[in-house]
Amino acid sequence: MVDELRVYQGASIAVYVVAISSIILLTGYSGQVSLGNGALMAVGAYAAAVAHISWHLPIVACFFVAVIAAALGGALLGAAAARLSGPYLAGTTLALAIGLPSLANQFSILGGEQGLLFDVGFPPLSLGEDFTQYKWFFWIAALATLIMMWLLQNILRSRYGRTWRAGRGNEVAAQLSGINTGRSKILAFTLSAGLAGLAGAMLSMTIGTVSPSAFPLALSFSLLTGAVLSGVTTLSGVMIGAVTLVAIPEVADVVAHKLGTSESVTTNLPGLMVSALLIVTVLFVPNGPVEQHRARTAKKMAAKNK
Amino acid sequence: MTLNVSNLTVHHGAICAINHVSLEVPTGKLAAIIGSNGAGKTTLLRTLSGLNKPTTGEIRWMGESITGVKAENLVRKGISHVSEGKSVVPELSVRENLLLGAIWRRDKKEAKQSLEEVISIFPRLGERIEQRSDTLSGGERQMLAIGRAIMAKPKLLLLDEPSLGLAPLVVEQIFQSIRDLAKTMNLTVLLVEQNAMGALKIADLGIVLNLGKVVAANQAQALIDDPAVRAAYLGY
Amino acid sequence: MIQLLNTLLIGITSGGIYALMAISMVLVWRSTRVINFAQAGMALLSTYFGYEAMVNFDSFWIALPVAMAGGALFAAIIEVVFMRLLVKHSSSGPIASVAPIIATLGLLGIIRAVVSMIWGGQDVRITGPLSNDGFSVGGETLVFSPLKLLILVSVIVLMLMLSILFQKTNIGLALRASAYAPEIARLSGVKVDLVRTMGWALAGAAGAVAGMFQTVNGNGTLSPDSIEFSLLLVSGFIAAVIGGLESLVGAVIGGLLLGILISFVLMYVSSALFFIAPFIILLAVLFIRPQGIIGAKAGRRA
Repeated sequence: MVDELRVYQGASIAVYVVAISSIILLTGYSGQVSLGNGALMAVGAYAAAVAHISWHLPIVACFFVAVIAAALGGALLGAAAARLSGPYLAGTTLALAIGLPSLANQFSILGGEQGLLFDVGFPPLSLGEDFTQYKWFFWIAALATLIMMWLLQNILRSRYGRTWRAGRGNEVAAQLSGINTGRSKILAFTLSAGLAGLAGAMLSMTIGTVSPSAFPLALSFSLLTGAVLSGVTTLSGVMIGAVTLVAIPEVADVVAHKLGTSESVTTNLPGLMVSALLIVTVLFVPNGPVEQHRARTAKKMAAKNK
Repeated sequence: MTLNVSNLTVHHGAICAINHVSLEVPTGKLAAIIGSNGAGKTTLLRTLSGLNKPTTGEIRWMGESITGVKAENLVRKGISHVSEGKSVVPELSVRENLLLGAIWRRDKKEAKQSLEEVISIFPRLGERIEQRSDTLSGGERQMLAIGRAIMAKPKLLLLDEPSLGLAPLVVEQIFQSIRDLAKTMNLTVLLVEQNAMGALKIADLGIVLNLGKVVAANQAQALIDDPAVRAAYLGY
Repeated sequence: MIQLLNTLLIGITSGGIYALMAISMVLVWRSTRVINFAQAGMALLSTYFGYEAMVNFDSFWIALPVAMAGGALFAAIIEVVFMRLLVKHSSSGPIASVAPIIATLGLLGIIRAVVSMIWGGQDVRITGPLSNDGFSVGGETLVFSPLKLLILVSVIVLMLMLSILFQKTNIGLALRASAYAPEIARLSGVKVDLVRTMGWALAGAAGAVAGMFQTVNGNGTLSPDSIEFSLLLVSGFIAAVIGGLESLVGAVIGGLLLGILISFVLMYVSSALFFIAPFIILLAVLFIRPQGIIGAKAGRRA
């Protein structure tokens, strides 16, 4: 009998895997730093919830709606941001991350501050009595994740993946080689956003509601940290980032209890750990542990062959 | 008060750019340092001015060891380096570039005099004194760079390829100006040049570098007369 | 008519505060070629220093210099410890160009978390030195108050002082030379590392003033999760970008423009757009004139 908490955490890991992949796609493969994926997750989540409530679509369809809505947002963002790079893009998406989720407060169809309910219902009876709702969440999430990752791997191996990698390395050289970097940037944004939208819908499924408070700026920071931890250039390490992000609040809890700290320290400890981890990782393990290990092994091989 | 370099070795990463170089330049003399591309001439100057750190060896100036001293501190010991590529700050005006040279000096009145001195050596700078230095021609920029170095009240002047990219007539002028101010101010000068003939003609001494080593060092005229040097660097 | 005037004056006052943030970002950019996303966080921390001074001395005019000094010191420490660490570890590989951005974002997160940890449970308030009740003009009350006038005047004075520093003094010359051509500066005897730290210290002080004014111009409460802080964070960057990042004058113009634009959008279009307005304005500027109003020569690449 697996602990419900662990099942819930499993579902969260799945959410983070997809969300972090969206960042890896954008930053690792096309070299852009965007803080907007948290906001795009919100777009996906709201789209799924509205589809469920207003149009009574089945869950799978809601997830599709989430992906498409977020992808549209991503395409717009990509088109707008096509001319930007580096810190300008980061700053712009920062403004978006702060501004977009709170838009939901203004429109009643989006439920205002309390948000909307996203209830995917209970698992079918055929799965037996022990199959709890959280297990249902977990399996839906896991399945969605696996399908997504498979699709993503194929896309990255295709010529689009190569195009992005070329543009990331040297944009001018890529352009001179005939690659339409503007278009490929937009494509990267669109795909990344679609992934983020799916992650947002999955997140809402696990917590049962959609509201602006579920998508704060801190979420975008966490995603970035998870991506850097995983190794921004490759998908292989994605689990590392996802597991770490889910583990941090637990670890923080334990530390806080042991030290007997005040409430304000306890609530902020996870945030502190995430940010500290981000800095340490980007300085000392910038390409992620997987890549670092590969590089070290390659060096050893080269030294041996001399 | 000689410039004394003993057994200097400088590396760029794994590559040895200066390989056990020793040389000596007496006070007030103008030494031309010639050699083909990649011979290590620029690295030599950059090490003397403190921008690069030597791997081994010693540099002595004015009786004290200056090995490994940082560039910003060597200026106070009278070493001025005009790095290659017309080293002026393009966004600053001519006046500001010159004042930058004197920025470390405590003697404000004499710094003002230095400014007037530089303008009298390079009148064109005076005409353009308030203009942004990226509006200057190549030759004027070189004059400005040298002028800035003079403003620091140097005793040792390191010049890296001042003639690079300049028209022949302008090159003549620059070389003449270097010769004149070296004599007037009793400066010790190290002049790195690709334009070997032009440099040797105004120099007292000549040093030939090849692949990081000194292959010849003599009176300038002797080098001009040397057939091997002539064939390799002077073109005849 | 009154509404128009009010809107304009509100906008100019907030704009002045954004201008101060933009100035601090431009100062950092010009001295170390880094866009420091943590700048607003540092301003936040400095404001808390000011708060502590208020608690102990009950005077805004003591709290402000304390905040500025604290901000300058903190910024200097960050520059020495953090930035040099960053340069030493500048990696190769695809993440190299974005590593500084990510690192400053991480720093922002740390500062926010630490500030919340230390002061989180308290109700932190700072009261301004002058009244924020609007002036009465011919029977009507403007929103513009003595406090807002003070803010405006202070921004102008600070900007003038900084201009004089940069254009007319030796230190200013050293600051500019170190930013434009560090090697030539070194060869002229300038201690470039020290000068860079000074640039950051100045930025820290400017940010502190922005933080203090932003707090007293609002409802006086101070908190990392507040609207005011988020605005400061975002607007500093946007204002600097509008102004082109290269000049202090541009930063001020950028800040004022941003403040006025936001004010008009809120009053005449819709207050719902409060949060998204900065984003839209930024996009518009970057679309129309990517190099900013004053304009930098380099392109929009990092």
